[in-house]
Amino acid sequence: MNNLFVYCEIEDGIVADVSLELLTKGRQLAETLGCRLEAVAAGHNLEGVGAQVFPYGVEKLHVFDDPRLSPYASLPHTSIMVKLFSVEKPQIALMGATSIGRDLGPRVSSALGSGLTADCTALEIGENNLLYQIRPAFGGNIVATIINPDCRPQMATVREGVMKKEELGTAVGIKGETVKYDVTKYVSDTDFAVSIIDRQMEKSKTNIKGAPIIVAGGYGVGSKENFMLLHELATVLGGEVGASRAAVDAGFTEHERQIGQTGLTVRPKLYIACGISGQIQHIAGMQESSIIISINNDPAAPINAIADYVITGTVEDALPKMIKYYKKNTK
Amino acid sequence: MRLKIIVLAKQVPDTRNVGKDAMKADGTVNRAALPAIFNPEDLNALEQALRLKDQNPGSTVTLLTMGPGRAAEIIREGFYRGADGGYLLTDRAFAGADTLATSYALSMAIRSIKDYDLVLCGRQAIDGDTAQVGPQVAEKLGLPQITYAEEIQKVENGHVWVKRRLERGVETVSAPLPSVITVNGTAPDCRPRNARLVQKYKHARTATERQQSADSPYLSLLDARPYLNIAELSAAGVGADAAQCGLSGSPTKVKKIENVVFQAKEGKTLTAADTDMDELMKELIANHTIG
Repeated sequence: MNNLFVYCEIEDGIVADVSLELLTKGRQLAETLGCRLEAVAAGHNLEGVGAQVFPYGVEKLHVFDDPRLSPYASLPHTSIMVKLFSVEKPQIALMGATSIGRDLGPRVSSALGSGLTADCTALEIGENNLLYQIRPAFGGNIVATIINPDCRPQMATVREGVMKKEELGTAVGIKGETVKYDVTKYVSDTDFAVSIIDRQMEKSKTNIKGAPIIVAGGYGVGSKENFMLLHELATVLGGEVGASRAAVDAGFTEHERQIGQTGLTVRPKLYIACGISGQIQHIAGMQESSIIISINNDPAAPINAIADYVITGTVEDALPKMIKYYKKNTK
Repeated sequence: MRLKIIVLAKQVPDTRNVGKDAMKADGTVNRAALPAIFNPEDLNALEQALRLKDQNPGSTVTLLTMGPGRAAEIIREGFYRGADGGYLLTDRAFAGADTLATSYALSMAIRSIKDYDLVLCGRQAIDGDTAQVGPQVAEKLGLPQITYAEEIQKVENGHVWVKRRLERGVETVSAPLPSVITVNGTAPDCRPRNARLVQKYKHARTATERQQSADSPYLSLLDARPYLNIAELSAAGVGADAAQCGLSGSPTKVKKIENVVFQAKEGKTLTAADTDMDELMKELIANHTIG
């Protein structure tokens, strides 16, 4: 009772990175609180899940294995979480801020009447052992600390890449226990009212999260054509292209390249920000980059404050020269 | 099939293009500096509703918005683009609502409207980016939810077919009517205002607006043309329990709000001149950042 629960997202028997990241953060929070870390796995063919989550310090794994639970669907997964939580009464429940967690979390919170904070960028234990749920708000212009003083569980979602994923190491000696449930007692026929007609999933084309160098563009890049300059520089340097939300909204590049609070969180060796003004929403997703270069024709752009190199100038002018002098100096 | 479609829409401050005057010196948001707009993804939802209406003649699209009196502008904007009716859910009791209290109020309003086949709304609003209200309304109404919709393909045999856009692909689902659908920004943009509809509806007013402009020469129109009267709904009018509304019905509380100051660095200032770019590349290669 009153433990910390993490809902694990599972596709083809593999636990998603975001869930493992939450288990890592959940382990720290549980230790601060002196409670147990527990995980929920709902899906099919889940035999391998225990081996994936126990290294993160999960003390109890709740398994709901049924062919009807995979792929994810809102209603049956909600029923399982609501019934399980009604018995287990967790003090904290964490989910990924993905298309699954952001579908499931609000429905579960509504059914339980408990508060949910979306897209947290930090989670801490504060006064009275409350979970401080920290997130940018108002388009990233402010950062708010949200608490749920009275209702349990305290629920939060966190985007992939925001928390670090780290196994505990064998010396800790936590031994996880698996509990299997009779799924028919948790779901009803009406939970399967929505049928999946077709599903086409593909592996992501980009690997921005793992790229050592990111050339990112903002609204100031100006056009889709100018974004090609970023691709050229990224190709030459062996990096990936990222973007701010404003650039994605303007249609300059694909949504999967978005970096920031509502996109990816990245920690590359080098981050080249091109025409990005630097709203908090964006900075939250890249501030831990080792070296930051800002190219902006506005010398007062907020991003310049956190940059190691500030180039005052236009993207059209600077990028071709960077390519030229990179090539010249590496010959 | 004639469909009755409710579209949930929110008036939001335009947080996308925040100027330097948008933040006050004390770190709070200067709302007056931000224009109030129709939440972008709610416009995507409105377009999906209007397309369903085009496909199913005789269908109606009704907007429901919760907010202060000035949010009546959202209803008029909906009329200009093809909506047939609208409700403004407005009450001081709703002030300070988090997503759960908002969903409760909206669900009570939808229950009071009673007769509907689909509830559509944007995936999320740009002032909070939570994406919680759609699923929470669905749960409170006891209806299935389809989130991240990119295209509502058809309604057939009492079911709606929807293509969803997920992080790594697409999924097509079918759900029984009534259902709640949240629409993604990747769905087609909303059709523009129609000049004829602007002419028809520009004098549409709520009862409160009517009182506030008692000397307007257009008030007689409101009596002559009933469709120009925008209905206002109150907490009591939709049978909402005051304890579940607004601040008192909100489990989440804001503990603290900050204007975050990032760790400033002593950055080198360069220009895009050849000499500077040459030096920069040499330096980055020398310290093994690149190359």
